[in-house]
Amino acid sequence: MSDRKLLSFPYIIWMIGFTIIPLALIFVFGLTDRSGAFTFENVAAIARADHAKALGLSLALSSISTLICLLLAFPLSMILRGKKLGSASFVVFIFILPMWMNFLLRTLAWQTLLEKNGVINGFLTALHLKNIAIINTPGAIVLGMVYNFLPFMILPIYNTMSKIDDSIIEAARDLGANFGQTLLRIWLPLSVPGIVSGITMVFVPALTTFVISNILGGSKILLIGNVIEEEFTKASNWNLGSGLSIVMMIFILISMSVIAKYDKNGEGAAF
Amino acid sequence: MENTKPVKRDIDIWINIRRFFGNFYLVIMLIFLYIPIVTMIVLSFNASKSRTRWGGFTLSWYAELFSNPTIMAAFRNTIVIAFLSALIATIMGTAAAIGINSMRKLPRTICMGVTNIPMLNADIVTGISLMLAFIAFKISLGFNTILISHITFNIPYVILSVMPKLKQTSKSTYEAAQDLGATPRQAFFKIVFPDIMPGVVSGFLLAFTMSLDDFIITHFTKGAGIDTLSTLIYSQVRRGIVPSMYALSAIIFIVVLLLLMVTNFLPRKHNAKIAASKTVS
Repeated sequence: MSDRKLLSFPYIIWMIGFTIIPLALIFVFGLTDRSGAFTFENVAAIARADHAKALGLSLALSSISTLICLLLAFPLSMILRGKKLGSASFVVFIFILPMWMNFLLRTLAWQTLLEKNGVINGFLTALHLKNIAIINTPGAIVLGMVYNFLPFMILPIYNTMSKIDDSIIEAARDLGANFGQTLLRIWLPLSVPGIVSGITMVFVPALTTFVISNILGGSKILLIGNVIEEEFTKASNWNLGSGLSIVMMIFILISMSVIAKYDKNGEGAAF
Repeated sequence: MENTKPVKRDIDIWINIRRFFGNFYLVIMLIFLYIPIVTMIVLSFNASKSRTRWGGFTLSWYAELFSNPTIMAAFRNTIVIAFLSALIATIMGTAAAIGINSMRKLPRTICMGVTNIPMLNADIVTGISLMLAFIAFKISLGFNTILISHITFNIPYVILSVMPKLKQTSKSTYEAAQDLGATPRQAFFKIVFPDIMPGVVSGFLLAFTMSLDDFIITHFTKGAGIDTLSTLIYSQVRRGIVPSMYALSAIIFIVVLLLLMVTNFLPRKHNAKIAASKTVS
């Protein structure tokens, strides 16, 4: 049997070379200055007003987006689950199809829709209505996040809900529970694993995005992802960029460990 | 007994109202999800370059698309990288899954932990870390570095698709084959491999789509002078997007729609796979 283990060798070497060493390099760069001496400055730079503001805004916008996704996806999954038989799989298919569209193109399409001279304002002007001015505001960024990550919330919640036994819901109703009680005592607790993995799958990409904020937020609104991206591509201060990435990773780890508490059995895992 | 009838009617009305609101909500959500896609498809036929004025129907953006060398080169790069990275990741990942599956508990846990890193980590961090590594290893950024990066984030998807299938295969049939005189190699290809084949195929498809859709990791590891479709689109954001891009996205959407229709509705059970597939990312 031991020759079987050898089969995983190329993979192990690959992962050391292209996952573990690169991650270690972020720590090396993040904890040194340009001359290579050890310093904490790059990590501490998060306290600088502009960086702290970017991180705060990222945390706020990604939390709001995650909450909106949850509020939209939960009833949606309940309704989808209620649709029995073959139609259900088609309906679910329709809901995840937009994910296969390139995500940059989808975000750009929202830019086209929301712009000052965009499609929505074109319609509003034609109808002699007041134009909306949402582009380049945090609201537009939240909209983009919700739009792009909503399917990641729908799928896990729908998957856990479709495993709920009908007889449990019927039993609750037979025992006199009204809709609100069934919702709070049956639907909600039994969907926790799905909710938990949905939250992680929406929150992490929303917290770290730089694309959505760039396209829908204009160049004035900076999220922590934008700050880090610019340190690497424009300012080329890799040490600072790495230091800020470390801070961001810490926030991801904290949020994941908080969330993991609610998902002890790992039932919400995608696989 | 007189009471039952009106009560039942009440319940019926209540159920109908709920069903109506349920369907209404579904329609609203569908409009929200499809508005940008419909907009792009409509604009791809718009003769006017303006994004708000309808200048008549035209197919010229489609013609221009196929004669635009930049878009075609980016398209070719995207497909080649997606195919190669998915293929290499499938081979390496399947071999790795078999190896990991035969390990003892502790090394197996460590390996699976490492496998999860690229999946749980933020794309921006994966991209940056790979870029730092390529520069440290003195690999010049270009086609090769994109390919390596895509293989790196694709392997975990393959392993996670193959692993459950491997767990389902019984050891005794493999041993029986050997008892009956098959070499370990024969026993593997005749007994184990057909069992894990569905996992290998779905791993490949998953890796292929992940690679097609990636922007962030490619953005950091591509270097100058090479573009995939995603990075090309991003570079046009500032300058204003060429209407041919709408044409391209309309084509991609229709192709994906047809492919998914064929793969999903011929064999019914595959629906669970889509679910698994996109949930991971």
